Amino acid sequence: MTAIEIPALNFAALLPLFIVVGTGLLVVVLDLFIADKKSLGWLSLFGVILAAIVGNMQQGGAGFDPAFQNVSLLDGYANFFNIIFLSTAALSILVALGYLGRVGLHRGEYYALLLFATSGMMAMGMATDLMVVFIGLETMSIALYVMSALNRHSRPSGEAGIKYFLMGSFASAFLLYGMALTYGATGSTNFSDIGSVLTAGTVAPMAMLGLGLLLVGFAFKVAAVPFQWWTPDVYHGAPTAVTTFMSVGAKAAGFATLMRLLMVSFPAFAVDWQLAIAVLAVLTMTLGNVAALAQKDVKRMLAYSSIAHAGYILVGVAAATTEGIKSVLFYLLIYAFMNIGAFAVVGVLEQKEAIGTKLTEYAGLARKNPWLAMVMALFLFSLTGFPPLAGFWGKLYIFRAAVNADLTWLAVVAVINSGVAAFYYLSVIVQMYMKPAADDAPEILPSTPATRIALAVAGLAVVLIGILPASLVDMVAKGVFG
Amino acid sequence: MTNFIWLAIAFPLVGVVVNGIFGRKLGRAANGWIAVGTVAAAFVVGVLSFLQVPSLPEHAQIVPLWRWITIGDFEVYLSLLVDPLSMLMTLVVTGVGLLIHIYAIGYMDHDKDVARFFTYLNLFIASMLILVLSDNFLGLYVGWELVGACSYLLIGFWFYKDSAADAGKKAFIVNRVGDFGFALGVFLIWTTFGTLQYTNVFEAAGDKPVAVITAITALLFVGAIGKSAQLPLYVWLPDAMEGPTPVSALIHAATMVTAGVYMIARSNVLYALAPQTSTIVAVVGGVTALFAATIALVQFDLKRVMAYSTISQLGYMVMAVGVGAYASGIFHLVTHAFFKALLFMAAGSVMHAAHDVIDMRRLGGLKAKMPITYWTFVVGGLALAGFPLTAGFFSKDEILAKTFEANIWLYAIGVFTALLTAFYTFRAIFMTFHGKPKDAEVYEHIHENKPVMTVPLVILAGLSIFGGLLGLPGGLGLPNWLDGWLEPVFELKNMFVPAEAVHTGVGTEVGLMALSSTLVILGIVAAWWVYLRKPQIAEKTAQSFAAGYKLLANKYYVDEIYDALFVNPARGLGVFFAKVVDMGVIDMVLVDGTAKSVGYFGRVMSRWQTGYIRNYVVSIFVGAIVIGAYFFLR
Amino acid sequence: MVPTPYYLLLAAVLFAIGAGGVMLRRNTLVILMCVELMMNAVNLTFVAFSHELNDMTGQVFVFMIMTVAAVEAAIGLAILVELYRLTRSVNIDEFNSLKG
Repeated sequence: MTAIEIPALNFAALLPLFIVVGTGLLVVVLDLFIADKKSLGWLSLFGVILAAIVGNMQQGGAGFDPAFQNVSLLDGYANFFNIIFLSTAALSILVALGYLGRVGLHRGEYYALLLFATSGMMAMGMATDLMVVFIGLETMSIALYVMSALNRHSRPSGEAGIKYFLMGSFASAFLLYGMALTYGATGSTNFSDIGSVLTAGTVAPMAMLGLGLLLVGFAFKVAAVPFQWWTPDVYHGAPTAVTTFMSVGAKAAGFATLMRLLMVSFPAFAVDWQLAIAVLAVLTMTLGNVAALAQKDVKRMLAYSSIAHAGYILVGVAAATTEGIKSVLFYLLIYAFMNIGAFAVVGVLEQKEAIGTKLTEYAGLARKNPWLAMVMALFLFSLTGFPPLAGFWGKLYIFRAAVNADLTWLAVVAVINSGVAAFYYLSVIVQMYMKPAADDAPEILPSTPATRIALAVAGLAVVLIGILPASLVDMVAKGVFG
Repeated sequence: MTNFIWLAIAFPLVGVVVNGIFGRKLGRAANGWIAVGTVAAAFVVGVLSFLQVPSLPEHAQIVPLWRWITIGDFEVYLSLLVDPLSMLMTLVVTGVGLLIHIYAIGYMDHDKDVARFFTYLNLFIASMLILVLSDNFLGLYVGWELVGACSYLLIGFWFYKDSAADAGKKAFIVNRVGDFGFALGVFLIWTTFGTLQYTNVFEAAGDKPVAVITAITALLFVGAIGKSAQLPLYVWLPDAMEGPTPVSALIHAATMVTAGVYMIARSNVLYALAPQTSTIVAVVGGVTALFAATIALVQFDLKRVMAYSTISQLGYMVMAVGVGAYASGIFHLVTHAFFKALLFMAAGSVMHAAHDVIDMRRLGGLKAKMPITYWTFVVGGLALAGFPLTAGFFSKDEILAKTFEANIWLYAIGVFTALLTAFYTFRAIFMTFHGKPKDAEVYEHIHENKPVMTVPLVILAGLSIFGGLLGLPGGLGLPNWLDGWLEPVFELKNMFVPAEAVHTGVGTEVGLMALSSTLVILGIVAAWWVYLRKPQIAEKTAQSFAAGYKLLANKYYVDEIYDALFVNPARGLGVFFAKVVDMGVIDMVLVDGTAKSVGYFGRVMSRWQTGYIRNYVVSIFVGAIVIGAYFFLR
Repeated sequence: MVPTPYYLLLAAVLFAIGAGGVMLRRNTLVILMCVELMMNAVNLTFVAFSHELNDMTGQVFVFMIMTVAAVEAAIGLAILVELYRLTRSVNIDEFNSLKG
């Protein structure tokens, strides 16, 4: 009788993930005993920050080795995405601490769900096997479905939940089918094994079809046209704190897996998927921007704008080069700060029953609350891509990656699109600074210290990255796999 | 001290932060003096660095701050350039800026939003210093955009007035057209040279094809046309007078609008290599000078007279740099900063005393009531008119002399414009300060302003008289200090002025001076005759040349033409137009139309967002089929 | 022994039926079932491939999918129950207040 051999699992590589999940479980348990839900929020924040610190300390150490029989890998790439996810989570927790209390939604499970969703995202960033991708994706998605429907007394919230859930499962089915076909064509679910089989062999139509369906699944998660329809409705209906979180986190997670999958498993078909992604990028940017122009509600407008930003990021993916990956990493981190910031301001201005999110209700904000107006203007200018704010560099790097990958036409379309986008971002600024407030305008409730911290951090990040992009560029350079 | 030149930018930024964050709590008085203090500190830094320039090796030093961005092997270090030109500009910006800040304390004393005003004003000073101190085109561009943004914010400072908000928008949109060209120019420099550093670009410029250099310079000049309010993009500047008067003085007369001239002078190596562009620059400048002066003849709004006069004087400067007389252009830039800031502030002083009445038909006879304002205004007017021995006389004559060498027709335009300038300047003086008061009610309340406003006027008046000593005519054997000072920057200035056309003789020089002096005096006398001695002449002339008068009074209908040509069709044709017309350039002029047409598509797409899960799911399904089929069939 | 392509074809047909159901049915509960059908079609595909390749990964994957599908069903029903309380309806076409 042979002794049972325990394979080397390398738990160390998953330590940040365990910290996040552990904190989540702790929150679930403590929720039963603690009446002050705010302390749960601070606890979650602590867990998130701890995970980020541990993850960074591990860099270059044992964590770098593949873990659990080569299904996940905490390399520089995964670590960079962890930073994005954890910053998103931390800022969203701060936003939620203020927002949930104001709209009467302060419940402990929110923080637990947020942490579980974050752990799903982290799993997606680290995944090197389709199975882990699936588990991470579903962990994230299911938590997000529930978070969207968090406000049980609000019809929009419930509707957002059911819409997100039904379409999400529908898209997941396609994704799974794609995984199944890829598995059938290559005999493996491991990224690099798939890659080596496909590079060595002749092009199998079944693998191609599998790739197509995988693409559908991720295109849904990152809200690319024509799979974006859920985005405006769900972002609009969900509580703003949730929208803040998922507009960045879910998107970044989708891109994390998509890029690794495409670059590691499907380099053999690069020419084919490059074109497909480029077309998706054009459709996504254009529709997102154009539809955003017609919006009268700032929250909804930002939802459309987030579609457009997915389009810009797809431009970087379409480049299919190391430079493209870097530009996407760079953009996603910047996007996290500016988009969370903008949604956080929306959250501050929002009152119960979705009052306070209409464009006209932003009139005269500069007089009523100059600070809030200023940070909002900052985030919007950055989203527009105004130099020298962070968003400008993000766009510049992406466009440059596209040009260097011989996709100049795509970069041109993207530039024109960012011009169109200026109209709707500036229209908010015009409202805030150049229009007097209506007489019956709702009063602005004071923001909580937590929200102010979130706004200050995001605002500083946008400005500092704008002034000193070089250090972030150096950091991004470490975040490239392989 | 040159190593710490960044402090000159940092100080005003401190003011921005302090006034921006704590402004309201600190109180009005503190707001103003904080702003003044930071600009004064910047001025001191500027002076100390200025004094050290001669001792620098090659009169220039690059002060690196930090590595800014890296894109592939393209690295931009954020660094500042200390050289004769940048330091001269720094002194003008901080010096004149300081006086205007002080003046603004008095001028804005009734305004309810002083903190915001000084925050913007300090931000402008910092931005302008970034523009002039940068050692590369990217920093220049960033500064260029930032001063534009400040200008926009300050024109629309009283945004609750529709006219102010509209003027702000107009300035923004028109400048976007220019900035677009400028950005393309910078981009072309990057792709051509692989660097944006001035020194590297200028060193390599000689090896590049002339066609490329011509394209670069032409694109950069498009930016200058917008920012320095030249034909055909000058339309925003007169409207910009909706902003508070200190803003008009600082941004729209003394500093920001001269950025275009600075940029051309800075890029003199490139312009010297592109004679075709230089010719265009000179012609645009000359024609603008004349064009704006004719409009100024018939305006009744005192600030608008000054606005058109600014456009006209900017035309002189642009003409100067166009004919390769870079130092002369900068000389006029400096003296103009003195006397035009003075004139605007004096006009503001009148406006302040008259409770915002600025129509010259309602003023008159203010001489007795506001002696300091009057006398300083006269000094400024003399300098503007180019009256012998004032600052404006020397700088303008230097330009005219250099133009005479280059092209006799441009010279003729310049001289004729000088006559017009003298006439409209003194028309304004006589109508405002002389004669009988036309509106008793306004006249009643008028009083001289507080010292905080008049002292800066007196200082600037002194500079307007003696500023000419900076650049005495070298042709007469007198020392031209400024020429020598700027020589390291403009070493290559004579590359394109043909060698034969070296300096005109002393005789010619004296002749030219005599001619323009005569014309100036003639203009002043004519204004006196028409507006004081026989006021009915003005009426009669206006009647007998009704058509011409109307044309001028309506500013050649340029605004109307632009409305008819660009703005209205844009509104009407909407969708169709946006597709036909070049997306890049005119797009910006067509802002309204495009926004509407795209907005139409937006509403259509918005309608597709039906809210039915069923429809969304079908879209996902169809998308999956299409993508699947695409990959399956590859 | 039934050849593998038959299984694959059956799975494809099941998937299409499921997708068609999601697009055509009104009752949200039925739509949930149709999504389950699609998932199970994928499961069948995985098992067929696993058998064909003589590799266990596919079958492990099926267990994962089954677990997740169960969780999804639970969550979906919970959301639907909440929504039913607010709207008194399970008709999918009633859930369209968010649009534009």
